[in-house]
Amino acid sequence: MSVSSTTANRPSLYDLIIKRGWLGKGLLIVVGLLALWKIVVSLLANPTLFLQQVINGLQLGFVYALIALGYTMVYGIVRLINFAHGDVFMVGAFVSFYGIARFQLHNWLSNLAPNLPPILTQAVGTLSVMAVAMAICALLAFTIERIAYKPLRNAPRISALITAIGVSFFLEYFGALKFVFTPNFITYKRPFEITTWFVNTKGIGQLIQGDTIPEGSVIFSNIFIIIVIASVALLMALNYIVQKTRVGKAMRAVAYDKQTARLMGINTDWIISFTFMIGAALAGAAGMLYAVAFPQVFFWMGIIPGLKAFVAAVLGGIGSIPGAVIGALIMGQAEVLSAAYISTPMRDAIAFSILIIVLLIRPTGIFGEPSREKA
Amino acid sequence: MMLNVQNLHVYYGAIHALKGLNFHLEQGEIVTLIGANGAGKSTTLNALSGLLAAREGKLEFEGEDITRTPAQDIVRRGVIQVPEGRKIFATLTVMENLEVGAYLHPDKAQIEKDIESVFKRFPRLKERRNQLGGTLSGGEQQMLAIARGLMSHPKLLLLDEPSMGLAPILVEQIFEIIRDINDQGTSILLVEQNAQMALSIADRAYVLETGQVVLEGDAQEILHNPMVMEAYLGGH
Ligand SMILES: Nc1ncnc2c1ncn2[C@@H]1O[C@H](COP(=O)(O)OP(=O)(O)O)[C@@H](O)[C@H]1O
Ligand SMILES: [Mg+2]
Repeated sequence: MSVSSTTANRPSLYDLIIKRGWLGKGLLIVVGLLALWKIVVSLLANPTLFLQQVINGLQLGFVYALIALGYTMVYGIVRLINFAHGDVFMVGAFVSFYGIARFQLHNWLSNLAPNLPPILTQAVGTLSVMAVAMAICALLAFTIERIAYKPLRNAPRISALITAIGVSFFLEYFGALKFVFTPNFITYKRPFEITTWFVNTKGIGQLIQGDTIPEGSVIFSNIFIIIVIASVALLMALNYIVQKTRVGKAMRAVAYDKQTARLMGINTDWIISFTFMIGAALAGAAGMLYAVAFPQVFFWMGIIPGLKAFVAAVLGGIGSIPGAVIGALIMGQAEVLSAAYISTPMRDAIAFSILIIVLLIRPTGIFGEPSREKA
Repeated sequence: MMLNVQNLHVYYGAIHALKGLNFHLEQGEIVTLIGANGAGKSTTLNALSGLLAAREGKLEFEGEDITRTPAQDIVRRGVIQVPEGRKIFATLTVMENLEVGAYLHPDKAQIEKDIESVFKRFPRLKERRNQLGGTLSGGEQQMLAIARGLMSHPKLLLLDEPSMGLAPILVEQIFEIIRDINDQGTSILLVEQNAQMALSIADRAYVLETGQVVLEGDAQEILHNPMVMEAYLGGH
């Protein structure tokens, strides 16, 4: 009796593979072990090369973090995957390009006060360009939200999602027009000269152009320093806004419960707009930093970084701000390490494999909580 | 008349939830709306708060028409709702819930003073000030919900079933607090299923049934009219 009843209750293959996540867990274990093995072997074989990759991955990860925050914050407040976000990043890159190449915006202080130390005038100039890119992206996101998303606030969620994809195409192909950003790959002009240093066991030194890199050293440039400092500063500013300010608390209240937030006198439409604007400003900064690191701009440059940042946000737990940052740093490492040790074209495949594995075993991501959605 | 509701009709799509409601409230009063589940009590408060639009009828507060006023401007005028089910922001701390309650009064020093005074009224909240709202017990959440409402200096407090799901001793305490808030000059529109308790502190009462007022009068009269209690409120 009892034997037959257990056979009857034995879970089907489908249950085992899909429902209990065996497929995902199995994949995760296989991929995880492979990755670990690869990483340990490479670390032992050539520690400096490995460290070099980690540095490159960190730089990329911070840029992804800035983009991923926009996805996660917007999702947190209106439950929308804003697929146009990557294109806002592209606009940020282009705005900074025009600011530098056409308007010489990065030189304003050195033109005004030529006697100031160049490091100061360059820093102020670079920050000014970044501020303009951020402001214009924020304005763009405000417009997009009011025109495209707000009218759909109470529509089924799939409508807003499809609209987001439409907005994304619009930004890309509007950008591709001859009198906008043109359909060409354009070489980016950095607002400062690159300086590179090498570090090894004997110490640190500046790398003069044309020199060979001394044996066994790791190199890094002022681009790396700028990306890390700018990103960390922006993350801290964001954290301050969200945790400590009046508008930040209102954002969290609106994300939790819009109706009750309105009973507090919060103008929820304005808070939602503001959230879009903050996310877009961060994406604009990311666009500029990305273009500084990989100096080429083109109308579809936002697609792949945008998708990877989206994966990072899902990996960290969409809706979670620390999750987006952690997820992005992991994505940066995964991409750079797989490009270095597996093969360059594999890096995109790895990024999206991560998405599939996360969705299979833990759709809520690292920091995500099981959804508490209202009907 | 502080609040005057005339011929209020509210719909949810095709559902006709309020069918020509009329009632009013004088400055300083406690008025209660009582009635069974689904009678339209919460709908009335949400229409007053600007969350639901009136299809027909007129809402007046302090002599001004607020029928089409957006929610945040109604709060700004001093009509504050403490919603059914408390609706604490679970992901915010107790302090942050109070600060969000003061959203339209961004004066830091004033907020600190107000928080001190609600902590005096609700010492439990002070102990739990840095806890997340979601970790509080039901009674504590109700206190926080009322405290959060007080943070925006209400002239008229709309309370939606403050006794719901609370142990009798806590219900007593909450009603004492309501009476005290009223003594200090805040008018109160109290929605309850617990008719006994509500009538015992109210000045006047309206009995709602399927979106209409079926009876109104002095709270004591209704409380001591056994037939009324039997017919509309399911006995004692
Ligand atoms: N969101 C809604 N959508 C549709 N019908 C609703 C909604 N909320 C309430 N109703 C209906 O409106 C009527 C009044 O509800 P409500 O105001 O919540 O009653 P009460 O607060 O007195 O229990 C009920 O018939 C209820 O089913
Ligand atoms: Mg109700």
